[in-house]
Amino acid sequence: MVEAQRVSKKVTSPEGELLILDDVSLKIDAGEAMAIVGPSGSGKSTLLGLLAGLDVPTGGRVFLDGIELTTLDEDGRARLRAGRVGFVFQSFQLLQSLTALENVMLPMELVGEGSPRTAATDILQHVGLGKRLHHYPNQLSGGEQQRCAIARAFASNPRMLFADEPTGNLDQTTGARIVELLFALNSERATTLILVTHDRAISHHCHRLVELEAGRLTGAA
Amino acid sequence: MINTLTFSLRSLRRDWRSGELRILAIAVVIAVASMTAVGFFTDRTWQAMGQQVGELLAADLVLTSTNPIGSDRLAYARTSTLQTAQTLNFRSVVIADGKMQLVEVKAVSADYPLRGSLRVAPKLFAPDDVTLVTPGRAEVWVNADLLQKLRVHIDDVISLGEAEFLIRKVLTYEPDRGGELFNIAPRVMMNIEDVPATRLLQPGSRARHMLLVAGTEDSVRAYRSWLTSRLNPDERLATLEDGRPELRTALERAQRFLGLASLVSVFLAGVAMAMAARRYTQRHLDTSAIMRCLGATQRTIIKIFAWEMFWIGLVAGLLGCLLGYVAQTGLALILAGLVATELPLPSLRPALVGLPLGLAVLMGFALPPLLALKDVSPTRVLRRQVTTPVPRNMATYALAFLTMAGLMSWHARDLGLLAYVLGGAVGTVVVLAMTAYLLVKLLNGLRGRVGVAWRFGLANISRRAHVSMAQIVAFGLGIMVLLLLSLIRGDLLEGWRKTIPPEAPNHFLINIQPDQVQALGDFLAAHGTAKAGIYPMVRARLISINGRRVEPKDFDDPRAQHLARHEYNLSWAAQLRVDNRVVSGRWWSADEHGQPLMSFEQELAATLGIKLGDVLTFDIAGSKLDTAVTNLRTVDWDTFNVNFFTILPPGVLNEYPATYVTSVYLSPEGRRILTPMLERFPNVTVIDVDALLGKVRQIMERVSLAVEYVFIFTLLAGLAVLYAAIQSTQDERRYETAVLRILGAHRGQLLRGLVAEFVTLGLLAGALAGVAASIIGYALAEFVFHFDYRLNLWVWLVGAVCGAIGIGVAGTLGTRSVLRQPPAKTLREV
Repeated sequence: MVEAQRVSKKVTSPEGELLILDDVSLKIDAGEAMAIVGPSGSGKSTLLGLLAGLDVPTGGRVFLDGIELTTLDEDGRARLRAGRVGFVFQSFQLLQSLTALENVMLPMELVGEGSPRTAATDILQHVGLGKRLHHYPNQLSGGEQQRCAIARAFASNPRMLFADEPTGNLDQTTGARIVELLFALNSERATTLILVTHDRAISHHCHRLVELEAGRLTGAA
Repeated sequence: MINTLTFSLRSLRRDWRSGELRILAIAVVIAVASMTAVGFFTDRTWQAMGQQVGELLAADLVLTSTNPIGSDRLAYARTSTLQTAQTLNFRSVVIADGKMQLVEVKAVSADYPLRGSLRVAPKLFAPDDVTLVTPGRAEVWVNADLLQKLRVHIDDVISLGEAEFLIRKVLTYEPDRGGELFNIAPRVMMNIEDVPATRLLQPGSRARHMLLVAGTEDSVRAYRSWLTSRLNPDERLATLEDGRPELRTALERAQRFLGLASLVSVFLAGVAMAMAARRYTQRHLDTSAIMRCLGATQRTIIKIFAWEMFWIGLVAGLLGCLLGYVAQTGLALILAGLVATELPLPSLRPALVGLPLGLAVLMGFALPPLLALKDVSPTRVLRRQVTTPVPRNMATYALAFLTMAGLMSWHARDLGLLAYVLGGAVGTVVVLAMTAYLLVKLLNGLRGRVGVAWRFGLANISRRAHVSMAQIVAFGLGIMVLLLLSLIRGDLLEGWRKTIPPEAPNHFLINIQPDQVQALGDFLAAHGTAKAGIYPMVRARLISINGRRVEPKDFDDPRAQHLARHEYNLSWAAQLRVDNRVVSGRWWSADEHGQPLMSFEQELAATLGIKLGDVLTFDIAGSKLDTAVTNLRTVDWDTFNVNFFTILPPGVLNEYPATYVTSVYLSPEGRRILTPMLERFPNVTVIDVDALLGKVRQIMERVSLAVEYVFIFTLLAGLAVLYAAIQSTQDERRYETAVLRILGAHRGQLLRGLVAEFVTLGLLAGALAGVAASIIGYALAEFVFHFDYRLNLWVWLVGAVCGAIGIGVAGTLGTRSVLRQPPAKTLREV
C-alpha cells in the first residue's frame, strides 16, 4: 500500500549539507496501523511527509497505492492524494478563512463528491462538533480544532490516514480523547494509518512500530 | 541594557538575509523613485516650460529703461555667463512715395530673440516661416498692415529719419510683441546698428531701451537679485510672470496638473509602503513576543524596529533617488523627439524633498503597526492565536498625515491644491473603505451558492474582511488613478483644449468706418465666414475716478501704472455678450440706453481700485464724459473674440468719432478673401493673430504632453500599490495553498480559487474606482479647472471590467509562485 525503498533526504544548511533521512526502507500494508517513533529531530515528520508525497526525497523511491510518487510532479502527487489520503497534524492546519463545516467539506469538494454538506455535517456531529458547524477555527478550542481536523481527514473516506503528532498541542485528557476518536474512526472505516508520535502509549494502539534515530531505522516491532 | 542602534543594525542584516525586508525596501525604492522621478522630470519640464513662456519676453528677464542701459548691467550679465540681446523701441514716422505712417520701430541686436523665434513671410499674405536671423544693415522687416497702409511692396524703399531702408520681409510674428492689439501702430524692425544713421534719437527722445537676458534658472535668479537692489527710477524689470494673461492662466493650470500628478504619486506611494509595512509587522509578531519574553521593554522594541525602519528608509530612499534620476533621464531621452525644447538639467531639490518625504512617509505608515509590536503579549510564544494585536493608534496616523501634509505643501507650493488633494484623498479612502467593507460583508452571503473554488476565493475575501478592505482600497486607488489618467484625463484635457476652440478668431479687422459696417458684414457672410459681431469703439483716456485725478504715480502696482497711462477703447452694447458675466451690479435695461452708465471688467477694476457706483471721467477727443459704474463683469478672454474692458449703453457715445472692429476665423485657404476685401475696404486694417494663437495652442499642447508623462510615474506608483497589496497576503496564501495541496487540490482548482478571489476583488475595486474617478473628475473640472464636464458612465463599466481582468491576471500571476513549492516545505516555513 505504502512503500519506501532506500529513501534519503538531505537539506542544505549554513553549516553545510544535513542528512535528515538515511537509507530508510519500509512497507505498510492496507488496513495496517503503523507508528513511527523516535526522539525530536530524528526525521519522523520528514519521513511521514515523504510517504504522503508532501515532499520529495533526495534519494530512493516512494510508492503509494502502487504508484511511484517520486516520478510525479507536485500536481500529480496532489491528484493522487485527493480523496485517497487524509491528514491530521499537530497544529491542526485548518484554514482560518473557512468555517468548521467548510473546512470539512473541502476535501470532498476537491474530488467532486455528491453532497459534501450533508456528509460533512454528519461527520462533524459524529466527532461532537454538531453545534460548532459555523464557527471559525479561532473560535474553537484546541481539542475542538483537532476534532474538526479529524473530521476533515475522514470526511472523504480515505484509504490512508497520515497523522503527525496529533496530540502534541493538546493537554493529556483532551489528547487521550482525540486518540480514542482517531483509532475508533480508523477501525470503523478500516483505514491504513501511519502515525508519527514520540508518545509510546499512543504507539501501542498501532499494529506495528518503527523507530527512527538520527535519520536511520533502528528498530521495528 | 541593549544598545538598540547596534542591535537594530544586526537585526537589519538578519532580516535582510532572510528576505523579510526586501518587499518593504522595494516599496520604499519604488515610492521614492516615483516621487523623485516625478520631481526631477517636473522640475525639468517646469524649467523648460518657463523657457517656453520666456518666449513671450523673448528672454528670461528684460530690463527696460527710458535711457540707454548702463554698461555695468551688460557687463555683469556677461560675466554671469548669461546670454544677452538689446532692443531699442520708439515711435516714428516712415515715408514712402510721399505717404506718411506712424510706426513702432524696434531696432534689434543680432542675438535677438533669446527665447522663441521670429516668423517672416516673403510677401504679403504668403505663408510664413521661422527665421533665425535678424534684419541686415540698411533693411527693414515690416508688418503686413504697413504694406497695406502705404501701398508699398517687398523690395520698395522707405525713409526713416535721415536714412533709407529696403523692405525685405513681412514680419508676421515676434514673440514679445504682447497684447494691446488695437493700440499699436505697424511694426518696423531694423538693425540696431542702423539707429544712429537715422538721427532720430536725440537726448530726451522717447524711447525704450531693453536689455534681454537668458540663461539657467539659478544664474537668472542671481542676476535678478543683483539688479533689483540697483534699479534706477527709470528702469523696470519684466519677468516671466508678466507674460500675457491667457498664457499665465495656461501655465497656472499646467502647474496644477503637474502638482496634482506628483501629489497623487506621493499619496499612492504612502499606501504602498503601508501595505508592505503591515506585512513586515505581521511577520515580526513572534520575534517581538520572544524578545519580550527575554526581557526587552516595550520602549526597546519600538526603538529597535524604528531604527531598523530608518536604515531601510535611508538606504532604499537613496537608491530610490538614484533610480528616480535614472528613470527621468531615460524618460527625457524617449521624449527628446517629442518635446521640442531641450530639457535643462534638473536641480537637486527633488532629491532633497524626496528623501525626507520618503522617510517621513515610511515612518508615518510603519510606526502604527510597529507600535502594535510593542503591545504583543509574551504569552504569544505559548499560543499564537490569542494575542494578535491590531494597529490601533489613530493618533500616530494623524501625525503621519500631518507630517506628509507639511512636506507636501512645501513640495506643491499651493495650499489650495494641497487641501483639495489631501481632503479628496482622505475622503476617497474613507468612502472607498466603508463601501468596500459593506461589499465584503455582502459577499459572505454568496458563499453558500458557489462552487468550491469560488467559495474559497469569496471566503478568503470576507474572512479577511479588514485586509480585503485595505486591498480593495489600494486596488481601487490604483485603478482610480488609471481611470483618471486615461478616460478622465482625456476628458479634462479635452475640456481644457476646448477653452481655445480650433476655429477661434485669428484675424482682427480694425478701423472699420460706421458706414462700412453693413457692407463688410455682408461681404464676410458672402464669403462663407461665420458671421461675427462688429463692435464699435471710441478711444478715450481715463482722467479721474470720483473726481480724483488718475496719475500713474498714484498706483503701486506696475500694471495699474501702465493702465493709467494708456487709452481705453470704450464700446457700447445693448445686450450682455455670452462670454461675459455680470458678477456685481446689474446690466442696463432698454429704457436706460443713452444714460452715462458703465460696465467695467472685474479684474481691471480691482487693479485700479474701481468699485460699483464710482464715477469715472474719460477724456474723449478733448471733451469730458462722466460715467457711473453700474456693474462689474468677467470676460472669458480664452475665446479670442473681440472683448472690451469698458462698455456703455447704446446712445451715449453717438456724438464721438467711432470706428468698428471685428474678429474672424480664416483658414489658410480662406485668407484669399483678404485681397478683394482690402480692395473694397481700403481703410480697414487686418491684424493676423494666427501665429500668436498658434503659439498659445502649442504651449498648451506641450503642457498636456508633459502632464501625460508625469502621470506615467503616478501609474508606476499605482502599480506599486497593487504589487504591495498582493504581497501583503502572500504568507497566508502560501499556507492556505499548502493545506489545500495536502488535501489533494490540483493546480487548476488552486488557480480557480486565486482567480475567483482576485477577480472579485478587482471587480469591486474597479467599480468603486470608476465611481470615485467620475466624482473626482467632476470635482476637478467644476471647482479647480472650471470646465464643463459631463459624467462619463462608461468609466464605471470600464473600471469594473478592467479591474476584474487586470487584478485577476496580476493577482493570479503574482501569487502563482505559491503553487510551485512542496507543501511540506511551506508548512515548515510559514
